This record gives sequence, C-alpha cells and structure tokens, in this order.
Amino acid sequence: MLQTISILLENKPGALLRVTGVLSARGYNIESLTVAKTLDPELSRMTIVVDVEDRIRAQVIKQINKLVNVLQATDMTESPAVIRELVLVRVRCSQDSRTTVLKEAEIFHSRVVDSSTDGFAIEATGEPEKLDEFIEVMRSYGEIDVARSGATAMSLEPKKLRLQPPVPTPAVAQV
Amino acid sequence: METESGKLMNGAEVLLECLAREGVDCFFGYPGGVTLPFYDALYDSHIRHVLVRHEENACFAAEGYARATGKVGVCCATSGPGATNLVTGLVDAMMDSIPIVAITGQVTSKLIGSDAFQEADTFGITRSATKHNFMVKSLQELPRIVHEAFYIAASGRPGPVLVDIPKDVFMARGHYVPVDSIHLPGYKVFTEGHAGQIRRAAQLVWEAERPFVYAGGGTVLGNASAELTEFVELANAPAVCTLMALGGLSSSHPNFISMPGMHGSYAANMGMTECDLLIALGTRFDDRVTGQLQSFARHARVIHVDIDPAEIGKNRVPDIPIVGDVKRVLQKLNKALEELAPEMKTKKEAARAKWWEQIHGWQDEHPFDRSRAEDAIKPQHLMDEIDRLSAGQAIVTSDVGQHQMWAAQLIRFNEPRLWINSGGLGAMGFGLPSALGAQMARPDKLVFAICGDGGFQMSIPELATIASHALPIKIVVMNNGYLGMVRQWQTLFYNNRLCAVDLDCFPDAEKLAGAYGFKGRTIDKPWQVAQALEEAIKEPGPYLLNVKVARDENVYPMVPAGGAIHEMVLGPVVVA
Repeated sequence: MLQTISILLENKPGALLRVTGVLSARGYNIESLTVAKTLDPELSRMTIVVDVEDRIRAQVIKQINKLVNVLQATDMTESPAVIRELVLVRVRCSQDSRTTVLKEAEIFHSRVVDSSTDGFAIEATGEPEKLDEFIEVMRSYGEIDVARSGATAMSLEPKKLRLQPPVPTPAVAQV
Repeated sequence: METESGKLMNGAEVLLECLAREGVDCFFGYPGGVTLPFYDALYDSHIRHVLVRHEENACFAAEGYARATGKVGVCCATSGPGATNLVTGLVDAMMDSIPIVAITGQVTSKLIGSDAFQEADTFGITRSATKHNFMVKSLQELPRIVHEAFYIAASGRPGPVLVDIPKDVFMARGHYVPVDSIHLPGYKVFTEGHAGQIRRAAQLVWEAERPFVYAGGGTVLGNASAELTEFVELANAPAVCTLMALGGLSSSHPNFISMPGMHGSYAANMGMTECDLLIALGTRFDDRVTGQLQSFARHARVIHVDIDPAEIGKNRVPDIPIVGDVKRVLQKLNKALEELAPEMKTKKEAARAKWWEQIHGWQDEHPFDRSRAEDAIKPQHLMDEIDRLSAGQAIVTSDVGQHQMWAAQLIRFNEPRLWINSGGLGAMGFGLPSALGAQMARPDKLVFAICGDGGFQMSIPELATIASHALPIKIVVMNNGYLGMVRQWQTLFYNNRLCAVDLDCFPDAEKLAGAYGFKGRTIDKPWQVAQALEEAIKEPGPYLLNVKVARDENVYPMVPAGGAIHEMVLGPVVVA
C-alpha cells in the first residue's frame, strides 16, 4: 500500500541519502519525493510516497526516526493530512479544440502558463488522484508532456516536536 | 568555559588533541598518502599507534579493544583502498553494536570528485555501514565533528561512526576550539524506561509460573551484569545468554542455562519454547536465536527491554515494550520486584519449583557433548581443556564457524567482556585481529584467539603485528582441514556433496610461528592437548598451537535454518 511519510530533517549533505537508503536497503521503490528548506534554513521538510508492505510500515518509520539527521518522521497515511501535488502539462492541440482545452483547464482550476500556436502549457495543483484525471483529460486532446512535482503533505493535527537538548561533552578531560 | 587554546596547530594536531581529550590511549591503523600529515603529527604524540598489516584488521582490532573494555575503539586508514578495506569491520561493529570511531583520510578538497589517485567516495560507501558518518569540510568544524562522533558511537545503541578528513583539512592551520556540548536535536537517546510499564513488568514476573530470561548483547554493552544477576536471583528465573551476551550472567551462576538458538542447548531452547513469560533484555530476536518465529516462545507473554525503539516489535510484538537502557531499567525493575515481593513472591512457589525441576531435567537429558576419543582429538575435547585452563577468567576471541559454536557452548565466561566474537555479521578472520586489540587493552589478561583453519588464514598477516608488539596471545587453530561449518551444511543438507570446502594446505605451525620469531607447534593426539595448552600458556610470548582435530565432527544440537527451535537435531538422530 502507498504510504506517505513526512520527515523533518537537518539540511546537511548526505541527509537525503540516509533517508532514501533506509527504503532502498529494504528494496522499496520510492514513488515520489519532495524536499525543500523550512522557515528555519537549517532544516528541510521532506515528503516521501513509497509502496511499503503494511506489516513493516511502523518499522520503516522507526528506522527513519533513528537517523541522526532526522528530527521527526511521521506516517501521514492514515492521519488527517492535506496532500497536494503540482503538475505541469504541455498539450499540443488543434486550432478548433483550443477553446475546449481552456474550458477543461478551468474545470480543474488550473492555470495556463504559456500559450503558443501549438497549444498550451498548463499548471495544475491538487490531490494526486485528481491530477491523474486532469492528465487523462488533457491527453484526449493531443500529444502531451508531463512534469509532476510529487506529493507534499501537511499534517492537520499539530504533533509536538520532541528534540534532544544539548548534552554536555562528556569526555574532554584536560590534557 | 574554555577559550580556544593559544597554540597554533594544524588539523592533524587538532585531531590528536580531540582524541586525547576523548581518552584515546591507543588506536589501530595503517598510513597512506593523504594521512601523511596526521602520522607526522602522531610522531610527537603520546598516543600509541598499532600498525596492523591490513586495514580490515585495524577495525577488527579496534573492535577487540572496544569489546574488551567498553571504551570506544579507534581505527584509522588512508583514502581509497584504505577506507574501502575498513568496510567489513564497520559493518561488523554495526551488527554487534560496538562503539568504534574510524578516521579516514580523503583526497584534498579541491580534488574530490575528480577520480584523483586513491580517491573513493568513502562518505557514500560507508553510509549504510555506520551508525553515522561525517565528511569534514573545514578545520573549524573538525573538533565538533570528532566529539560528536565519539558521543554518537558510545551513546544509545552503540555503533561505528566514520569521520572522513580531506588532506587539506589535516594541513590547515588554526586552533583547537573546545566543544562544551553536543547539539544533535534529532539524535534521541531513551534511557529511563516507562515507569508504568516497568511496574507492570514486575507484576508479570511475579505472576509467571514459568519465567525465562533471554539476555542479549545489550546486557554486556550496557554494563548491566550486576543488575542482570540481581534480577535473575530476585525473580528466581532461569536465564540464557545469547552468543553476544555470554559472560553477562556468569556461566558459573546456577541460574545460567547456556546459550539459546541454532546451536544452543536443549534446555535453553526448550525453556524458551515452554516458558509462560519471556523477559528479553537488550536483544533483538535474531533469526539465529528464534528459529521459526511463529513457534518461538509460543506460550509466552513477552517483556522486551531495549534501548533501540526500532527493535521493539521488529520480529516479535511484545506484551510489555520498554524502551530504555537495560541497566537503568533493570535497576528500577529490581526495585519494583522487591516492593511487590511481600504480597506476590510466594504465590507461585510450587509452580516455580516444578519449572526448575523441568529445566534441570532438560539439562540432564541433553547436556552439551564434551566427549573425547582415543584415536583423535575431538573439537569438544579441545574446548573442554581450554575451559579448564581459562577457568572462566580468560579472554577468548574466535573466528566464525564450528569452532566458534563449540567455544561458545563449552567455555565458561564468569565475567562480561571476556568472550569476543563476530556474532551478527559472522566475519571470518575476526579472531586474530580482535585478540590483538583485546590484548593491547588488557595486557593483564590471558587471551586465547581460537581460530578455524579457514579464518586464521584470512588474517594471517597479523602474526607480524602480534610478534612486533610481543603480545602473548595464545593462538589456537582448531584445524579440521575444512571450512567446517560450510562442510557441515553440505553434509546435512546437500547430500554430503562437498564442494570448495577442503583446505588441503595449511602451513607448518612451528615453521610459520618461527618465521615470525615465536613458538608454534602442531598436535594431533588426544593425550597432547592438555600438555600443549599448558606449554602455550607458560610461554611468555605469543604461541601458535595448531590442533588437528577429528575432521568430520558436526556441531550439535542444531536447529535447521528456519526450523522451530524445539525441533533440534541433537545428534545423528532427529528428536521432535
């Protein structure tokens, strides 16, 4: 089953690989991955969608939480969350279908970001399933190119972030 | 708060300052091009460096040091091949949760990524081989990273940490800036255990009619021997120590029921199967212990204490999960047991007496085989003599295979940190270099390195290191002329079609040891065993004893891979 994991992690070299490594080491293929800086530029928020067997879902979250660079990993699959994705579609359409394409774009609340004699480039956001439909519809009008951002998620129940306070350096005998 | 120390240093000197402040007195390594500045600084340092003959053995030796002392073991290698040679040792330390800091040199920063001479992506290669790893970008961050590395290696569930340092960072000039605190907001260590769960656990212990303690490596790593001993006595429970935990509860303790699992004793595995409460302490329900999971401890409620939350419920969902340091949790559990004792203790006395009777019955029914033969040295005979001579006090390291299992079955360890072996990874060649590390750490101890003839030949170059430091290690090669454990599996499960297991050439031990300047001997008669071992122990220097044993002996009991642990093969006859 597809699992959506939201991860708050330190913005450090290799941190991304550590997270994806937990999944790839177990042979899981990542469906999508988004990552960007948070308000605190030292931290990044990452959303991963991955196909993981149900029985090891909790284990995967625990293994990700164990990583030194990860502040918090949360399973969003069954908790209240908003999940959104962005898609850019370039559709080539004939002169006589231009108006219908624009109409369809409007129905999906998408935006035309480029227009040429060949057709349009359209930007749409929404739930990933909704975007699947949007892409299907656009495809019916002609040849299309698609670039998807992958899902990004926000939990609707604020979870308390538990951080490790600084620890006095234990060693550091005077020499 | 200390300000930066006045002396202008280079990065190599700063690193040595960090190591000294972490209490490092000795480390294991092999120099190379990019670590030249570090070794130049080492020239003036009081920290001892042991020049091994292969980097893999630097890591194994550091593990031997760490396992024998509980301190962080340190190893060092150069970039490229030096670093890649460390990988097996790092994974070994990862699997057995051994605190290691590995320092590797890296090519100069501006050459990184250019396929420079002796360049390898050490940071990338070792990512999954370590608990954490670092690449140092500047001298300024070096002290913080090194202190963080030691902290991460030793705290929580211990493990290996690698620090990759480019040559220009070794050479950059600056100051050692003291690091007052470690700030790793995402690195959470849970030590205390949930008070309510601990109380519930105590209740279950008193309510149980057939309690059984399953002590794992965490009891040794967490220095919880005293607490474990107190617990089994208070709870009046039989206890097994896994391969990683031998010595955690003294092998001579009356409650000790040997090792469980694939080559565990009949009593240990039957106890696990029939108990009604399994108290798992610092352990991870490894497949070599549990066998087939569905039938493992099938009647039991399970209390699972571990410092790593990811181990709880990984293989067996416990009834009472307790995330915490096993020492702290046992202290509290023991207290809770005592508090509940007046009302609870006597309730199950009759059932407990019956349980002990059952356990003792199993022990008497099928003890480990210590039998001897007239015409050949049985491996069990060899281990039995080593047991007699070490009397539970010697450090014993081993390679991986049949000899490891016989040693674990038959040699007593009356203290923790005496039995040193590669458990999780099962890395052959571990015995000799880990003995080297252990003997450096504990010069006062009698150290046996028990090797197979296969594993011994994997780390044979370290004879030079042992000789050059005159380490009085007693190397005992249990030589059956086979890769014995693989041969055993081919015999039992592949119709005895022996393929690529015959080690038909082995060097003359006397000449081999002699070539390195110490004594060696080969024996093949049963009457020679005791006398030869005694002679080896008397020898002030290293000693290589090559013991030609009965070739076709198999390790029993044996649980076939994936089988239920109560369905052991006890010998040539199958008992269900």
